[in-house]
Amino acid sequence: MAMDRRTFLTAAALPCFAARAAESEARFTKEAKFYEKLPYKKIKCKLCPRECVIDDRERGYCGVRENRGGAYYTLVHSRVCAAHIDPIEKKPFFHFAPGTMAFSVATAGCNVNCKMCQNWDISQSRPEQVDSTYFPPERLAAAARQAGCPSIAYTYSEPVVFVEYVLDAAEAGHAAGVKSAVVTGGYIQEDPLKQLCRRVDAIKVDLKGFSEKFYKEVVNGELKPVLNTLATIRKQGVWNEIVYLVIPGLNDSEQEFQGLARWVKSELGPDVPLHFTRFHPEYLLKNLAPTPLPTLERAKAVSDAEGLHYVYIGNVPGHPAESTYCPKCRRAVVERAGYVIRGMHLDQGKCRFCKQPIPGVWGGTSIL
Amino acid sequence: MERHTGTSRRSLLGACLGGALRLVAATPPKSKVVLARDPQLRSPGGSADSARVLKIVDRAMQSLYGADSPVEAWKKVVRPGEVVGLKVNCLSGKGASTSTVLVEAVCERLQQAGIAQNNIVIWDRLNSDLESAGFRVTSRKDRIRAIGNDTSGYDSELAIAGSAGSLISKTLTSVCDAVINLPVLKDHGIVGVTLALKNLFGAIHNPNKYHINGGDPYVADVNTFGPIRRKVRLTICDGITAQYEGGPSYMPQWSWPYNGVIAARDPVALDYTGWQILERKRAEKGMKPLREMKREPLYIARAADEQHRLGTNDPRFIDVVEA
Repeated sequence: MAMDRRTFLTAAALPCFAARAAESEARFTKEAKFYEKLPYKKIKCKLCPRECVIDDRERGYCGVRENRGGAYYTLVHSRVCAAHIDPIEKKPFFHFAPGTMAFSVATAGCNVNCKMCQNWDISQSRPEQVDSTYFPPERLAAAARQAGCPSIAYTYSEPVVFVEYVLDAAEAGHAAGVKSAVVTGGYIQEDPLKQLCRRVDAIKVDLKGFSEKFYKEVVNGELKPVLNTLATIRKQGVWNEIVYLVIPGLNDSEQEFQGLARWVKSELGPDVPLHFTRFHPEYLLKNLAPTPLPTLERAKAVSDAEGLHYVYIGNVPGHPAESTYCPKCRRAVVERAGYVIRGMHLDQGKCRFCKQPIPGVWGGTSIL
Repeated sequence: MERHTGTSRRSLLGACLGGALRLVAATPPKSKVVLARDPQLRSPGGSADSARVLKIVDRAMQSLYGADSPVEAWKKVVRPGEVVGLKVNCLSGKGASTSTVLVEAVCERLQQAGIAQNNIVIWDRLNSDLESAGFRVTSRKDRIRAIGNDTSGYDSELAIAGSAGSLISKTLTSVCDAVINLPVLKDHGIVGVTLALKNLFGAIHNPNKYHINGGDPYVADVNTFGPIRRKVRLTICDGITAQYEGGPSYMPQWSWPYNGVIAARDPVALDYTGWQILERKRAEKGMKPLREMKREPLYIARAADEQHRLGTNDPRFIDVVEA
């Protein structure tokens, strides 16, 4: 029987597309690093504290790792669904290469499900549900360098779920003279975290609340492993900053602010930057109002009173608490307005006015 | 002046109606769950005989809808001109997926009930899952379609209910007017059992997020998404081969020939009934009940609660009928 043109084209094109799709899938698929084989072709994921036990052909909670015949694979190696050049202050990192741009990338997937997620369209999706491009580590490092970015930031979704890519890209980056900065919820097991710490230059942890109740009900995770992560990062000597998104009525009590500040001071020391940022209604919390400014200022006041040296207010452009102040002479050493640096008064990582060392990674100088 | 306290027309009616309402509240209509089985369902080779499968589906449908003929029963479910989706469960490949013979039987009767073959859509999450279960993926509109959500895509609008927020398959929201749910009678290693309610996880883009806490309350929440609640009209659970342990993957050592189907309009009543069948089989095989394994399917009770009202899990209000 003769084929009409449309039938012929369809018949011819379909296998071609299918083959191309399979080939394209294979580029992103690599055996995962952290898992354990179980009987009946099941596996146990050892990447995050969830420890998903996964049947053959199934995926874990993150949606980006799949059991194929009893072996576990990441489906998002080099599978970048978001790439932007952002000020490093947007992450936010305030003590890590201020005033520079970060080549920022993400893949699909996340190992928690925060009700306030502002990037849920990628973080809560599977890799095949979002448009992605193939961006292998060497090409990523070269692109960052070409764009004049001294760092790559792994951000927007959750780098923990694409940790194999981060490890490879960080290595490629260092070979090209580009640093790596990770923006994470910190819900990760100790072994992969230590491997990450050996490769990257800075880690910002989104500490989403300071109670197990909040983590259970709003984050779908646990607080304790995240606190362990912060302590481990500190011990490993990697530059670390903390962001706490203040959500009205959910994690904004005086006790939480105080408990947080005391914990940070006793376990991490007073020099870890702590950013209290303003919440905007997103995803499953569209019914809430943005954080009132007085709440953020109260959080900062409580933390200042507990003796933390670098407490910031974020998502409020122009607020004086965006700037860095010397804890000794109280003068502004990095003046910010939004993501813009208005003035730098540091000399080799020290306050230009009183010579007090200010911890951070400043240009070529690291003071930890 | 003292207020007149005689019985007015309104209060008389109110009193009578109130009594009637109380009576109705005390005895809600029972949810019917039909079990249709045939010990001779399989040919000597072990595969299900398609003619016998058609017969058990017919018996189930006639009993469920009180109809004199199978086609009459199906006409109570769908109307000519409607696009009817068949939500199969194909994740586990052949063995623990919805059988092609069951789907063929449903397609045959749907067509006899006036649904054109190009208005029947067999669907699940992935084309590859459909193919591994024996369905030939095709989106041609001149025949029965079989298509995965990975091809049809998801709505861009986020559906939100309780703790769940998801994008819903366009096949369900935009293509189909009605959905017949065709799950499999089987165990699930995380949420206890996977039957009518759990099968609708195949309609959303992020099912991996909702297996925590044994799927509670997520399974119930997802089933209250508007399009799911409105369009799913009937469940026929495939129990030709059932599995009481090791699911959702196919584990032949824990499968048995139940040789039947379970049909109901109430997905909660069906899930409760199917769960009890699996528990009885576990007991017969000397296995611990799911509660002791810490995977009792609590989401079934959640689906019946005041917030969700998806059906009943109270055995007093479930009429289990053998057809």
